[in-house]
Amino acid sequence: MTEATPHGGFWSQSWLVVLLSLAFGAALAAVEITLAPRIRENKRNATVSQIPELVPGAVREASRERVVGGATVLAAFDASGQQVGWVVPAAGQGFADRIELLIGLDATASTITGIYVLDQKETPGLGDFITVRERFRKYFEGQPTGAPLKVVKREVTAGSGEIRALTGATISSEAVTGIVNQRVHELASALAAAAAGSES
Amino acid sequence: MTSQGPTAAERFLNGIIPENPTLRQLLGMCPTLAVTNGVKPALTMAGATAFVLICANVITSLMRKAIKPHLRILVFTLTIATFVTIADRFLQAFMPEMSKVLGPYVPLIIVNCIIICRCEVCAAKQSVGIAAADAVGVSLGFTLGLGAISVIREILGSGTLLGLRVLPQAWPNWGIQVLPPGAFLTLGLILGFVNWYSGRRAARA
Repeated sequence: MTEATPHGGFWSQSWLVVLLSLAFGAALAAVEITLAPRIRENKRNATVSQIPELVPGAVREASRERVVGGATVLAAFDASGQQVGWVVPAAGQGFADRIELLIGLDATASTITGIYVLDQKETPGLGDFITVRERFRKYFEGQPTGAPLKVVKREVTAGSGEIRALTGATISSEAVTGIVNQRVHELASALAAAAAGSES
Repeated sequence: MTSQGPTAAERFLNGIIPENPTLRQLLGMCPTLAVTNGVKPALTMAGATAFVLICANVITSLMRKAIKPHLRILVFTLTIATFVTIADRFLQAFMPEMSKVLGPYVPLIIVNCIIICRCEVCAAKQSVGIAAADAVGVSLGFTLGLGAISVIREILGSGTLLGLRVLPQAWPNWGIQVLPPGAFLTLGLILGFVNWYSGRRAARA
């Protein structure tokens, strides 16, 4: 029995690894099936609690889920029942893992009113500044949706369509901006039409 | 098979103080430095790590005779990753706020070398009872290490303990204790004290 030379066939070597993979995979699937509804519910609550932050003037209780352009979004209303904007969930690949965002838009979907990071696993101390640094979120507020936002590595002025990259986290900054651009591009016109439709 | 090496009681006690993972072995420094600016996140991290460590040690010990030596790290990592994922999903489901505070540090328990160290040193060689005692002892030691650092940092940095105010409002919060440098300073001072104390005891003996 020498350790260095390979001995035995594939199965005699690897049966334990294969067995464990199957058993652990099944266990994880069971956990996922059990907990997924709760986790979705938590995310929905987080989404609803962010509405006033994302859409100025919106009231938390006065929001309605709507399906627009094939996506489930939240229509945000103010205290008098006037629609003031939209909260749109979006997700995409970040540097490390999926980034999940909420995008706040005004009623005609022509201006971004805020963004919020729901879930991310970016590099601690660099990429996670997309959540930690309030300043980064602020770059998105008041940006027009007409043209895609651009990431630049210098100081920017508000509403200029430019987002300043976070030092040491260019990829995370570009990922967030890309996710926002993609989602806004997909839904802006549908949202504007839906808002106009619901007002008449 | 008679198991050689330390007994369950020795393993358990060694893990707490003599071989404390944080303050003696300097293992698992990532969570030690990252999540100790408050006692609550530190204790949540210690609890999640304890869950993973105990489960991984028990499972590894149960399969120790079937593990091929050259595939052992693969088997350890597979086991650890499974329990970390379970812990992460539970936090997301039942403690969503805390899950957001800890962020990527919960998945990073997978690469916490305390756990793989205990699998390699103890669980892969000794019986289930000893492996479980070892895991509980080391978990308590890790909790002690994280707890000590986080108590100091939260009191000095925020004037609170577990979110309750303990220092008067007039206390000027030491911002540095909330930020990463506070973790290094506090850890360094505690390590210095531990070394000084054990050196003195060794000199007397």
